Amino acid sequence: MPAVVFYFQVHQPFRLRHYTFFDIGENHFYEDDRKNREILRKVAHKCYLPMNALLTDLIRQHAGAFHVAFSLSGVALDQFERYAPEVLESFQCLARTGGVEFLSETEFHSLAFLFSEREFREQVELHNRRIKTLFGQTPTVFRNTELIYNNALAQVIESMGFKAILAEGADHVLGWRSPNFLYLPKTGNRLRLLLKNYRLSDDIAFRFSNRAWNEFPLTAEKYAAWIHALNGNGEIINLFMDYETFGEHQWAETGIFDFMRALPTAILRHPDFRFSTPSKAAEHYSPVARLDVPLFVSWADIERDLTAWLGNEMQKDAIESLYRLETDVRRCNRPELLRVWRQLQTSDHFYYMCTKWFADGDVHKYFNPYGSPYDAYINYMNVLADFERTVREALAAPPPPPSPPASPSARRSRKQTAPARSTPGIPKVTAHAPPDPMPKNNRPKTTKKKSPPPKTSHVKNKAKRSPSTPKKKHPAPSRRTNPR
Amino acid sequence: MRVLMFGWEFPPHISGGLGTACYGLTRALARRGHQLIFVIPRTRSDEPAQHLRLISASGTPVPLSLTRATAHAARALWEKRFSLRILDAALFPYASPPIPSARFHGQTPSEDSIKVRAFEQESQSIVTLLESEGDYGANLMAEVYRYSQAAGALALRESFDVIHAHDWMAFPAGLLARAVSRRPLILHVHSLEYDRSGDHPNPEILEIERAGLEAADAVIAVSHYTRQMIITRYGIAPEKIHVVHNAVSREEAPRLYRVQRRSEEKIVLFMGRITFQKGPDYFVEAAGLVLPRLPHVRFVMAGSGDMLPRIIQRAAQLRIGSRFHFTGFLKGPAVERMYALSDLYVMPSVSEPFGIAPLEAMLFDVPVLLSRQSGVSEVLRNALTVDFWDVREIANKIIAVLQHPPLANEIVRHCREELRAIRWDNAAEAIASVYQTVLKRKGA
Repeated sequence: MPAVVFYFQVHQPFRLRHYTFFDIGENHFYEDDRKNREILRKVAHKCYLPMNALLTDLIRQHAGAFHVAFSLSGVALDQFERYAPEVLESFQCLARTGGVEFLSETEFHSLAFLFSEREFREQVELHNRRIKTLFGQTPTVFRNTELIYNNALAQVIESMGFKAILAEGADHVLGWRSPNFLYLPKTGNRLRLLLKNYRLSDDIAFRFSNRAWNEFPLTAEKYAAWIHALNGNGEIINLFMDYETFGEHQWAETGIFDFMRALPTAILRHPDFRFSTPSKAAEHYSPVARLDVPLFVSWADIERDLTAWLGNEMQKDAIESLYRLETDVRRCNRPELLRVWRQLQTSDHFYYMCTKWFADGDVHKYFNPYGSPYDAYINYMNVLADFERTVREALAAPPPPPSPPASPSARRSRKQTAPARSTPGIPKVTAHAPPDPMPKNNRPKTTKKKSPPPKTSHVKNKAKRSPSTPKKKHPAPSRRTNPR
Repeated sequence: MRVLMFGWEFPPHISGGLGTACYGLTRALARRGHQLIFVIPRTRSDEPAQHLRLISASGTPVPLSLTRATAHAARALWEKRFSLRILDAALFPYASPPIPSARFHGQTPSEDSIKVRAFEQESQSIVTLLESEGDYGANLMAEVYRYSQAAGALALRESFDVIHAHDWMAFPAGLLARAVSRRPLILHVHSLEYDRSGDHPNPEILEIERAGLEAADAVIAVSHYTRQMIITRYGIAPEKIHVVHNAVSREEAPRLYRVQRRSEEKIVLFMGRITFQKGPDYFVEAAGLVLPRLPHVRFVMAGSGDMLPRIIQRAAQLRIGSRFHFTGFLKGPAVERMYALSDLYVMPSVSEPFGIAPLEAMLFDVPVLLSRQSGVSEVLRNALTVDFWDVREIANKIIAVLQHPPLANEIVRHCREELRAIRWDNAAEAIASVYQTVLKRKGA
């Protein structure tokens, strides 16, 4: 009885506004409020709302036989609350169907695990609590930002009590093995490891509308036949992808919604197949082997490593400068400063500084609000300089007064309200809206613009370069066997 | 292919990028086996011109008959096409005694061009053509006129397949050469009057540019930026305008000076003519924003031009004179040394058809900050770019480069790779295909 496991990643970064050297010390508004709102509302209407409605229908229609999982970044949730509360409600509506599992991740879609275990754990806890509050379930499965994974992460995650963790089924990790089974991390006995089947995932996420693909057009029947061909060769087929695939990366005109509407029925037509969620699959199946992953893997680019965020000097300088502030930020004991610092951790900020492929103007560029990686770095470093100043001032200032709760509306009108809200003893910082004032930036996954046809590109995720590469690797379904 | 080329500058006597570009592309053309005759207003003895025949318009002995023949054509061209009458043009001011041994090379062009043949028999007397300084002085228009006359005469004397003229000073020469030879004419636009003078162009120059571009068999623009301007400002048919980006010659940048950058003090460089087109005023304003905020930085303005006094005054007014320096016009090794000492090269041009200097700076591993209103930004993806008028953003980026070594390092690393693809050989290949195109059309 093989199970198909869908997991959708929902993330929208807080993009930073154009922030120059001359803004440093002058104002503390980092967010591009307008752009974030525009992008979020656009994606809400093209993807989140229609796809949530579709999934709700499907779950009801298949009465218990269709399940999906979501991971919603905290920064995306922030933006739903701020710009499109109806999206949050529609996710809650989905949650009430009982067919949806919510996964855990770092609240700020950060790379914290690479730099500070303490910070990492805190962000995960924050996110768990938030998911519990919003959706009434406590996540038991963890997925790290961009599916970044290694042995050490698995250890920490197991120690935090999770039942399973997701990772990329990268070729260099699997070797001859198949992603279509449950694995154990190198150490520990409780945590299960689920690996993304990137070929089948990318067929939907990247290649669906690619007219140059020899399998175009992809129908639910054809796809279901590929899945069914794995019968006897696999137990879990993990289809992990950006949620924005539906309606945003692949436009509605490509037929992606119709495809998804038909897919559950097509897959369930084979009596051996069913849908599951990561936690149920982890419980139900037995791990077949331990997988040793000493080096980090991720789902980004063809390299499937960290170079999309930490591949050049600018990226390293920026992120190291940020995490160097941790001690001081914590010493300030000011929640609003801690929050700004965390928002600056969102991985997209560093992704924008990536120079890989830059000259080719490919996917990275597509998701980049900046004209060049250099501009992204300059902007981020200016913001960071201002933030660092603010932290220094706070450290030099008298002990903090209790932090005022921030009203969302106040946050919104940053410019006007800002000065007003400063509390007496604390000058600059207050200018940031208290709780989640600042920006994070980021990746516009959203905007994937046009091209209805093949939008291969997907955001950061996976093969960013995917169009061509994975395609070539994609074997005919029948050949997709897996040994083991 | 035999090419008769007209240009106003040739190294080492140059005032800007035009001469450098002509040198680079003629060498690459010669490497591809093309034979080039390059006519400049006046040669000195020190041009490094082994790869082509460099002819001085000034002082070249030419049979009197030819100069008379072309004199008519020149008059006709200038008065009819350009509506310009050059008053001070003494036609044969420096007639010299006949030189018996002088003889023509090449064939006489087609019969119907001017009444050449009639004159041909007439005289063995040889004159030295028109003295010309080849500068950009007050009598520029008269110089251009004399140069065109010489061109006409030389076109009768030499044999070639195509005519290739660089910028407006050589456009009349090209037109006249075509009139007497009936060979196809390619005009190469390195800059336009609108680039140089903005909204206050010299109407006579505009007229020459317009007439030349209209009449040319093909036009080569150094960037898409320039091509677009030729289309919109001059109304030239887009299909005859080809874009060939400039390049840079590696050999001109020995890396001797690489190590000289001083770590304790950063240098921000402007190198170019100090004229409206190059945006020196934006550079000094940006310096005015940067210097009060960053210690240990110096700004250097290398070059000369009509705006120099104004810039000096402005620097003084901003009270940044102690850290804003003027070097005057630099040549040869001084240029290289200047690049090598710099931590950032800024080109805030108001309108820059191409801009080779940033490429030269990159050869010395100097990061560059370019105006978006430049052709070179079309070929450099790893340069920082900015709108020339956005002084705060210029300052913002200058500060970023000076403050964050990882930024400069990444830019330099990627620019080095990028530079490898920017080669005169590629430009020469593209130019050769333009030659083929016009010849085919002519032949057809």
